[in-house]
Amino acid sequence: MSEIAQPSPIAVPLGAVRPLLRNWRRHVPLMLVAPLLIYMLVLYALPVLAMLLRSLNDPTWTLSHYTALFEDVVFAKTFWITFNTSVIVTLGCLILGYPVAMGLVRAKTMAPLILVVILLPFWTSVLVRSYAWMVLLGRHGLINEGLLALGMIDRPMRILNTSLATQIAMIHILLPYMILPIANALRQIDPSLLRAASGLGATPFMTFRQVILPLSMSGVAAGTLLTFVLALGFYITPAMVGGPRDITLSMLIAQEVDQLNWAYAATLSAVLLATALGILAAARHLPGVGNAFRMSMR
Amino acid sequence: MNRTDRGASVSLAELEKRYDRVNAVDGVSLDIHSGEFLTLLGPSGSGKTSTLMMIAGFETPTAGDIAIDGTSVVAMPPYRRNIGMVFQNYALFPHLTVEENIGFPLKQRGVPKAERARLVAEALELVHLPGYGERYPRQLSGGQQQRVAVARAVVFKPRLLLMDEPLGALDKQLRENLQLEMRRLHADLGITFIYVTHDQEEALTMSDRIAVMNDGKVAQVGSPEDLYDRPSDRFVAGFIGESNFLPAIVRGMEDDVVITECDGALIRAMCPGRPASGDRVTLTTRPERLRFADSAWNATTPQNRLSVTVTEAVFAGERCRYMLQATDGTSMVLKEPSSAAIRRRAIGERAEISWSVADTILV
Amino acid sequence: MILARLLPASIVGLILFFLAFPIVVVAIVSFSSATYLSFPPPAFGLRWYEAYFSSPDWLNPTWVSLWVASAVVVLATVLGTLAALGIARLSKPMRVFSTGLILSPLIVPGIVVAIGIYYAYSHYGLVGTPIAMVLAHTCLAVPFVVTSVTASLSGIDPRLEQASLSLGATPAATFWQVTLPLIRPGVLVGALFAFITSFDELIVALFISGTGAVTLPRRMWDDLRFQIDPTIAAVSTLTIVLTALLMGCAHLLRNRNRA
Ligand SMILES: Nc1ncnc2c1ncn2[C@@H]1O[C@H](COP(=O)(O)OP(=O)(O)OP(=O)(O)O)[C@@H](O)[C@H]1O
Ligand SMILES: [Mg+2]
Repeated sequence: MSEIAQPSPIAVPLGAVRPLLRNWRRHVPLMLVAPLLIYMLVLYALPVLAMLLRSLNDPTWTLSHYTALFEDVVFAKTFWITFNTSVIVTLGCLILGYPVAMGLVRAKTMAPLILVVILLPFWTSVLVRSYAWMVLLGRHGLINEGLLALGMIDRPMRILNTSLATQIAMIHILLPYMILPIANALRQIDPSLLRAASGLGATPFMTFRQVILPLSMSGVAAGTLLTFVLALGFYITPAMVGGPRDITLSMLIAQEVDQLNWAYAATLSAVLLATALGILAAARHLPGVGNAFRMSMR
Repeated sequence: MNRTDRGASVSLAELEKRYDRVNAVDGVSLDIHSGEFLTLLGPSGSGKTSTLMMIAGFETPTAGDIAIDGTSVVAMPPYRRNIGMVFQNYALFPHLTVEENIGFPLKQRGVPKAERARLVAEALELVHLPGYGERYPRQLSGGQQQRVAVARAVVFKPRLLLMDEPLGALDKQLRENLQLEMRRLHADLGITFIYVTHDQEEALTMSDRIAVMNDGKVAQVGSPEDLYDRPSDRFVAGFIGESNFLPAIVRGMEDDVVITECDGALIRAMCPGRPASGDRVTLTTRPERLRFADSAWNATTPQNRLSVTVTEAVFAGERCRYMLQATDGTSMVLKEPSSAAIRRRAIGERAEISWSVADTILV
Repeated sequence: MILARLLPASIVGLILFFLAFPIVVVAIVSFSSATYLSFPPPAFGLRWYEAYFSSPDWLNPTWVSLWVASAVVVLATVLGTLAALGIARLSKPMRVFSTGLILSPLIVPGIVVAIGIYYAYSHYGLVGTPIAMVLAHTCLAVPFVVTSVTASLSGIDPRLEQASLSLGATPAATFWQVTLPLIRPGVLVGALFAFITSFDELIVALFISGTGAVTLPRRMWDDLRFQIDPTIAAVSTLTIVLTALLMGCAHLLRNRNRA
């Protein structure tokens, strides 16, 4: 198309603009979402991606940072601690969370009170809750003073700054994430099923084993997944109450950043992120997991 | 001002709405006269709502044209069409009081506050709800909500009112009361009503004309009597009221009456077209227009006759209902007013039935 | 029989005690009159609240946190509400991409987000400014606004908007007079969540608050490394009360919306 061949200057804009004007409504949804998309791309997604890129292009394009992880003892140990802690914490949450979820669903007059007790810590910041455990577990904390007073021990135990402290505090913090999805699943069980089961002569335990437990599995799956993935990324709690040698992946990443070791920090971040996303992706077809996303809103 | 001036005329020309795979509306042409009460009647999924949505402007036709008062409105957004609309669940704004709901269209049109209050009060009067202005929709019963929705749709004096199953959510008793009220409202306002329902009884009692829709097409348009007495096809005959269908073979014509052979008997039927001798056709009759030939009933019009066997007899209060079988196996229904003077038939009894030629239609 | 029934109840009771007790202890300790951390406190008093309210070391970070959280509320609520309005009507691939991006801060580990932001923001000299805190916290707060508004939008009957249009309201008038009033509770709940998210946030703050924009959680963290005097208990109790109040409001709003 040559410049000369163009139609008259007035016809061009009108012809070109009219369909745009007529169709602008069709683009309204995109125009509404665009500000946030651009905002999050520029101020969040691209920064994270740029940081992660350091694992691949420092100093030149290479996969060596990843291959090096295979021989990296520190990484192996940290990864193991992180994984191990998450498994223990998730199991702890499951064991403590299921009865509470059942209690919440079964309770009638007490239900609002139980809900408040579950939600109050949920709404309290992780920092404050971790601090609470420092107060409880410290050398002169309530547990030690109590046990001393009762004469069960004769000098303070070391609980704070051990992996046990991390596990207790993390279970405390993550417990609501387990309780709420399970309670949600339990609430959807048709009560007439339970009546039918006991009508057929099932003992309460059989009813639980054969009716309630299988029907609540979607909630258990969602809660377990959510708890586990969140536990993988924990930083503040292990840093505050954990033992000096119990370094989690998140803590290691922070340390490396402090030492401006960006390539290593980025590699670890990529591994942590991939683990979390990989678990979610693998489990995304489990029933109830879609809801887990929404559940992660406090 | 005469009546026709207050209502809009609507003209649909080859209207079509295609979704991904289905043709929800498939070539509908319909002229709705000024001030008319027209009902779109049809089974679920026949395209009634889609047609209404295109007239209201919420859906764009994939082909065809919609003209209101002779002007095409296809390119006009809904908020400029000035059409009143009543939705199935009423769609009252839950955050506004009854007064604010009804005043809503007036506010959009910049009507000053005092004038607005007067018109709202008038509209509440019209639907028999004075004094309810301060309430919120959730504080009203279903029937009251429906009236508020009507008041809101007519308060700005549109020339056309669209209603999509406005009584669908109400119980039978209330529905019948409100049907009468809608008729009255239509007479008072004199504007054009387009009413959607899948309840044939409602359509028959309320409408000036009914357009029966099936599969995105208009099967027949006409007055309630037209549709009931002269259904143009088997679908309309079966959808509106109850019908017997008799297979027959054309044997000849006699003016506009066709002579057919059916189960060995000669049956005469009304027929608009000119079928050829030997054609296989279907005749239809209404069960309440059949009589047992030997009952005390004097026919003055030309009659058809057929011998049948009674296979089932049901007493249903005001009438008796018999299932009959012709010798060729065709089953039919006959409804007879119940009376102590009329002998009940027994199952297995052979009988002769008769009915008027004018009530026999070839479809 | 009675034992069989009481046993589950007492187990649930114990677990609930485990959940609530630490927070109650913090509240009790904050009213201690002792100079050191001990439980139960030898006597009660308000000295740690006095210490908090008379120390600029604590009050300044509080103001920074309140300021940042308020700015985050405005930014996140506006951006998030607009996006929630558009997102349902996007084409499928665009919708999946947008939801994924917008909700991802809920599952991406906090440390990854924090160092990513630190990495990029430090290039532009933003570290240590309240602006950087606002920009970063908004990303973390936005998912809560979007989910909350989306939930209330999906509860709106589309026929209400159609009714409004048929009554002569333009699309803009329909938005202001019908859609917005109906989603208002959802927007408010989202705004409350946004406030709390920012007010409680620590990991990002550790990396980018520098010395110029020390927030309250950051100040508490720094303090904990050197001493654990009960001032922190007082501060914690205040934030617990503030959060509980805001969340109580959110729950009331939600329930009223549902009723
Ligand atoms: N938005 C849409 N997308 C795809 N198909 C649609 C849509 N709306 C309607 N249809 C289809 O178009 C056809 C006609 O639908 P329409 O709602 O007009 O029927 P209707 O006569 O109003 O039925 P009902 O009595 O059940 O309300 C149906 O097959 C329906 O499934
Ligand atoms: Mg419909």
